[in-house]
Amino acid sequence: MAMHPFTRVLLGLSCLLVAVWLIAPTLVVVPMSFNQNKSLAFPPQGFSWQWYSNFTTNPEWSTSFLNSLKVATIVAILATVLGTLAAFGLDRMRARTAGLLRMLLLTPMVVPGVVLAIGIYAVYLDAQLVGTMTGFVLAHTILALPFVLIAVQASLEVFDKRLETAAASLGAGRLATFRTVTLPLIAPGILSGLLFAFVTSFDEIIVSLFITSPYLKTLPVQIFTSITRDADPTVAAVGTILLCVTTILIGGGLLLLGRERRSGV
Amino acid sequence: MSAGAARAEEDTGSASRRSLRPLALALPALVLLVAVIGIPLATIVLRSFNDPEWGFQNYVWFFGTPVNLVVLQRTFTMAAWVTVVCVICAYPYAYAMSVAGPKIRLLLTLCVLIPFWVSGVVRTLAWMILLQDSGIINMVLRAGGFEGIRLIRTQTGVIIGMAQILLPFMILPLYSVMKGIDLRLVQAARSLGAAPPRAFFSVYLPLSLPGVYAGAIIVFILALGFYITPALLGGPRSTMLSTLVQNQVLSLLQWGRGGAMGVVLLVATFLLLALAGPLMRQRYKLAAR
Repeated sequence: MAMHPFTRVLLGLSCLLVAVWLIAPTLVVVPMSFNQNKSLAFPPQGFSWQWYSNFTTNPEWSTSFLNSLKVATIVAILATVLGTLAAFGLDRMRARTAGLLRMLLLTPMVVPGVVLAIGIYAVYLDAQLVGTMTGFVLAHTILALPFVLIAVQASLEVFDKRLETAAASLGAGRLATFRTVTLPLIAPGILSGLLFAFVTSFDEIIVSLFITSPYLKTLPVQIFTSITRDADPTVAAVGTILLCVTTILIGGGLLLLGRERRSGV
Repeated sequence: MSAGAARAEEDTGSASRRSLRPLALALPALVLLVAVIGIPLATIVLRSFNDPEWGFQNYVWFFGTPVNLVVLQRTFTMAAWVTVVCVICAYPYAYAMSVAGPKIRLLLTLCVLIPFWVSGVVRTLAWMILLQDSGIINMVLRAGGFEGIRLIRTQTGVIIGMAQILLPFMILPLYSVMKGIDLRLVQAARSLGAAPPRAFFSVYLPLSLPGVYAGAIIVFILALGFYITPALLGGPRSTMLSTLVQNQVLSLLQWGRGGAMGVVLLVATFLLLALAGPLMRQRYKLAAR
C-alpha cells in the first residue's frame, strides 16, 4: 500500500523507539557484570571477570543453576508427554467436551501467580513437599503443560488425518502408523512445546519462591534473594549469560527455520 | 470447526469403548491439574471462609479496611495504565511487522521474542539499575541541566517496567490479527474517496480491534497478578495486591485474610475473562463478515 512519506517516517521512528525500549534496558546488565566493585550502582567501575568466576565457584550459585537445569529438564519431558497425550485425547473427543477440557487445562496460564503460589504452598506444607525436587517438578509441570497443549494442538489442527487412514490401508499397524506417519509430521509442534516447557520451568519464580527451602533453590529464586539481600554483581553476570544463550537459541532457531522454508519451496 | 463436528458425530456413533479412550489419554494431565491447581485453589477459598473460624470475617476485614481498598484500586489503576501504554506502543509496531518485507519483519520479530524469553527477574534487575537515583535516566537528565527525578520506588517506575515486560503479550496477538487483514479493503476505501485518516478509522481500525481486545485482556490480567516487578521496583506507595497477599501469608501467617485477598483477585480475573470471551468472539464474527 502506498504510504505517505511522512507517515512512513513516523511509523519507522516509533518502531525504532519501541524496539530500543524492548531490547536496550536489559543490555545494561552486560557492563554491570564486569564491575570491579561489589556494587550495582551505575556507571560500573573498572573491569573484572570475578563475578563470572563467582558464579561457577560459589556453591550457592552453581547448585541453584544445576537445580534449575535438573528441574527444567524433567519438567520439559514430563509436560511434553502429558501435554501431547492430552492433545491427542482432546483431538478425538466431541467438540464441546474437548473445548471444556482445553479451557480447564489452560487455567494455570491465567490464575494470578501469587494466588496459585499460596495455594500450592498450603497443600505442600501438609504433604511435606516444600523444598523437594518432586514439589518443584509437579508445580512447574502443570504450569508448563498449557504451552505444550497449545503447540501440539496447533500442529494437529493442520495435520491431514487421511494420511493415517492411508497408512493403515497399506497395512501399517497402529504403532507403526503413529511412529512413521503421525509423529514425524507433528514433531515441530512437540519440539516447540518441549522448548516452551523448559523455559517456563527454568524462569518460574513466583511459585518457586514459596515452595523453596534453604537446601533446594532454583536459579530465579537465588537471583531474587540476591537482589533483595545485597548489591552483588553476580546477578548481572548470570543475567548476561542467560541473555547470550537465549539470543543464540532464538536467533539460530529463526535462521534455521527461514533456511528450511526457503529450501523447501 | 466443521471437521471437528464431523469427527464428533463419528465418535457418538461408535461404541462407548472407543469414546472412553480419548479421555484416558487426557487423564494423566487432568489428574495433575486437579492435584496441583484444583486442590490448592479450593484450599485457599476454604481458608478464606474458615481461618481462624467459619464466617465472612476475612471479607468483612478486607472490604472494611481503607488501606486494602486503596491497594485494590491502585492495582486496577496500574494494570489499566500498563495496558494503555502497551496498546499505544504495540499498535504501530505490530502494524509495521504486518506490512514490512521479510528482512525487516525478521528483525522486528527478534526484538519482540528475545526479551520475551529472557527471564522476568533479570529484566526487572535491569530496570532497577536503570531507574535508580544514580541510574542512566537521571544521569542523562542531570547532564542536560535538568533536575533528576525519582523513578525507583514510584508508581511511574513500576508502570514503565511492567509495560516493557508485558509488551510482547500485546504485540503478538495484535500482529496475528493484522497479518490477516486484507489491505485491499483500505485501498478500496481510498479509491472511493476516503482520506487516509478516514480510511484508517472506519476500515482498518475496526478490523484490527479483535487483536487489541485479545492483547489488552491478556496484558490487563497478567498485570493484575504481577508480583516480582512491583516488589523489586516499587515502594510502599506502589504496593499491589499480590504483595499484600504474600505479606499476609508469609509474614503474618494470616491464611484466612491472605486467602480472601487471593479470592478477590481470582474472581476479578475470571470475571474479566468471562466478559472478554463473548466480546472477542463477536468482533471476530464482525471482522469475518
